[in-house]
Amino acid sequence: MNDILSILINHSPALIVAVPLFGAFLTPLVGMINDKIRNIFVIFITLLTGFFTVILVNEVFTNGIKTYCFGAENPSVNPVVRIFFEIDGMSAFMALIAVILPIVAVIYSWGFAKEETGQSKYYTLILLMTAGILGMVLTGDMFNFFVFLEITSISSAALVAFWTNKKNSVQAAFKYIVISSIGALMVLFAVAIFYGQYNALNMAVIANNIGFGFLDKIALVVLIAALTMKAAIAPMHMWLPDAYSGAPSPVTVVIVGTTLASLYGVFRVVFTIYGKQFLTILRSFGDFAVTPSLLIGVFIVVLAVLTIVIGVFMALKSNDFKRMIGYAAVAEIGYMILAVGSAISTYFIPTGTTTVTMAEHGKMALTGGIFHMINDALDIGLLFLVAGAVYYATKETSLNKLGGLSRKMKYTTVFFLIGLFAVSGLPPMNGFASKLIIYQSTYQVNPILAIVAILCSIMLLAVFVKVFHSAFLGPEISSTKNVKEVPKSMLIAMGILAALIIFFGLFPEFVITNIVEPAKNALLNSSEYISAILGGV
Amino acid sequence: MSGMSKIVKTISSIAFPFVMIYGLYIIAHGHLTPGGGFQGGAIVASGAAMILVSYGSVWTMGKVKEKKLSILESTGAIVFIGTAILGLLFAGVFFNNFLFDSNLIFNIVPVKGSTVGILNSAGTLPIMNFAVGLKVVAGLFAIVLVMAYATTKMGGGKK
Amino acid sequence: MMTFNIPYIAVIGLILVGLIAVVFKRNLIKIVIGITLIESGVNLFLITLGYRENSIAPIYTSSPGGLMSLPVPQALTLTSIVIGVAVLALMISFIVHIYRHYNTLDASKIRGDEE
Repeated sequence: MNDILSILINHSPALIVAVPLFGAFLTPLVGMINDKIRNIFVIFITLLTGFFTVILVNEVFTNGIKTYCFGAENPSVNPVVRIFFEIDGMSAFMALIAVILPIVAVIYSWGFAKEETGQSKYYTLILLMTAGILGMVLTGDMFNFFVFLEITSISSAALVAFWTNKKNSVQAAFKYIVISSIGALMVLFAVAIFYGQYNALNMAVIANNIGFGFLDKIALVVLIAALTMKAAIAPMHMWLPDAYSGAPSPVTVVIVGTTLASLYGVFRVVFTIYGKQFLTILRSFGDFAVTPSLLIGVFIVVLAVLTIVIGVFMALKSNDFKRMIGYAAVAEIGYMILAVGSAISTYFIPTGTTTVTMAEHGKMALTGGIFHMINDALDIGLLFLVAGAVYYATKETSLNKLGGLSRKMKYTTVFFLIGLFAVSGLPPMNGFASKLIIYQSTYQVNPILAIVAILCSIMLLAVFVKVFHSAFLGPEISSTKNVKEVPKSMLIAMGILAALIIFFGLFPEFVITNIVEPAKNALLNSSEYISAILGGV
Repeated sequence: MSGMSKIVKTISSIAFPFVMIYGLYIIAHGHLTPGGGFQGGAIVASGAAMILVSYGSVWTMGKVKEKKLSILESTGAIVFIGTAILGLLFAGVFFNNFLFDSNLIFNIVPVKGSTVGILNSAGTLPIMNFAVGLKVVAGLFAIVLVMAYATTKMGGGKK
Repeated sequence: MMTFNIPYIAVIGLILVGLIAVVFKRNLIKIVIGITLIESGVNLFLITLGYRENSIAPIYTSSPGGLMSLPVPQALTLTSIVIGVAVLALMISFIVHIYRHYNTLDASKIRGDEE
């Protein structure tokens, strides 16, 4: 038994990507037999992927970086010619997020998509998206990252337009595919610059040999611009409310995973590939030196403040249930970027040594930012599932036409209350834990940042309390008189997310020391990433 | 759309077998000369698109059901990933080339340098070329067929 | 010496014209053509990186011998062309659906149901 388990752990990076891919192409054939068998088959495939991910994550958190080579047992490292998957703490953390969301979405879709046509293609595309997101976070090769990025954006754009008889969905899908395609082509342009200069596509080899000349600066700017465009950071955030509200609700939960994986791409580029060059002095004004870390940090922090303010104000004035939650999602991404940007800007060299270190409050900010990623995925996912349940029961999304839903839909009201507390950062939910860390650490970088963050969090609470009062409490409107509670599978899916939110909120110490700390240490330690493949150079 | 005149129909039905054989030649020699799965599949699909344009989409939709194209496409993808998983089961790593230098088909190891190409070499590559070619033919032909059929229904109801 | 830079200048020209078409044109089909131009520019950039002076094609079957140009960028370009075909097919099907709903192809007249 132990033997089989260790063989599975050794091959799990390949199996995590291969199992959803294989299941995605088997689904149309299984779907021709029976509908129920196909649903059970899809749930089985996602649970199997979840099992492989959990054993891999356990292995990486206890034993360090794991690499896997495709196609050869003893690959040569001088030069590196094969495709490698390299899984460190941050990749394992993102893989955990990327596998919880499709499991919940598939269980929810059993009840939600029951009367739609073309369900085989729906499940095929969801499994393809799962394979794409998992490939994007596990890979150690730049061109492989581009290919998985394109797989994810094509299948998610096809799913956003799933309801082809609605005007809103199709035009949102067109905007989404145009912006995704331009972003991915710019990523390919930067990968071509890297290949032309260093004759390597592997992330560890590029990180080992990188300089900071003219072409490297162009590649850095293009990569950050394209990947933040895919991660919906202002001023490139306009596609997100349209795409999140045009898609069916379980699909939106998986697209949240896509957005977070593009954000992971930004961190991988900035921390690992350019990690060696963080403190080359570009220009010095007397005693004050301008370094790349200061420039990147300040730039990201400015964008983050813009994102939070735009997200919260547009959510205040919105009238549609799903669009409002979409704008709140934009604001939450701003919080993550605020924490990580202020962490980058605190790199310095202590007097007397020559190694670069990050200040202590910078490390705390990085912990808060990474913890906020998993919290945001769970919170926004739960809110979109509640919005989908409301749409399934009443066929309405405009806030002017909803009222008094709490009399008939008791469970949905409780779940919305949990999501409300979590998004605006109230105890005892998980949003409170991560936002407290972000407030404390960004206050030490610059007090204005913390003040802006706290004020916008309070405004987000005001927005959601207004929605809760008008949609769920209050007298009944005649158009929503005979609504019923939603089917059991949707309640089970929402219950899983709510249970995770409460668990993370009640035991944040456990989560931080076991799940977030390895990710933070892996991001700060780019030389360990390089030496895992190149063998101690 | 309706078909074209009789001259166009005759000439395109004479030219179609030649286009298909040329595309199949490019798929089959993918490990020796430039070409391979996608390139050969695109050639066969453009030959099929020529038949679609000259005979009209109504006639073609009567002859080819969309469900069979979907089954063909899934079969191509399953053969591709199945071969990769067989590499995992038989020889240790995912996508391993387990037919190279073994006792089954496609096992001759050619000499280094410039040779006259040997068709029986290069392991799992020809199998994967055929799988990708099948998938590309079915996929591209289905795209063109459904788009041509959808434009005939534009004035009428929904899809 | 200057003639070996012409492909790189063509790359910049293609990407610029494609970006101008995506940003400033209002017909949906012209936006899609702009994206195809950007993709052609990036593919040309990938292939030009692999060229060595006075080299022959990297094929071993009956080759006359000599310096061969790099084969890896050619494989990358092939993958990129396949992805471009898939994205183009998806965008054109979306345009067919949009025309059926809105009866116009003007990008400034297409709005969702915003608040």
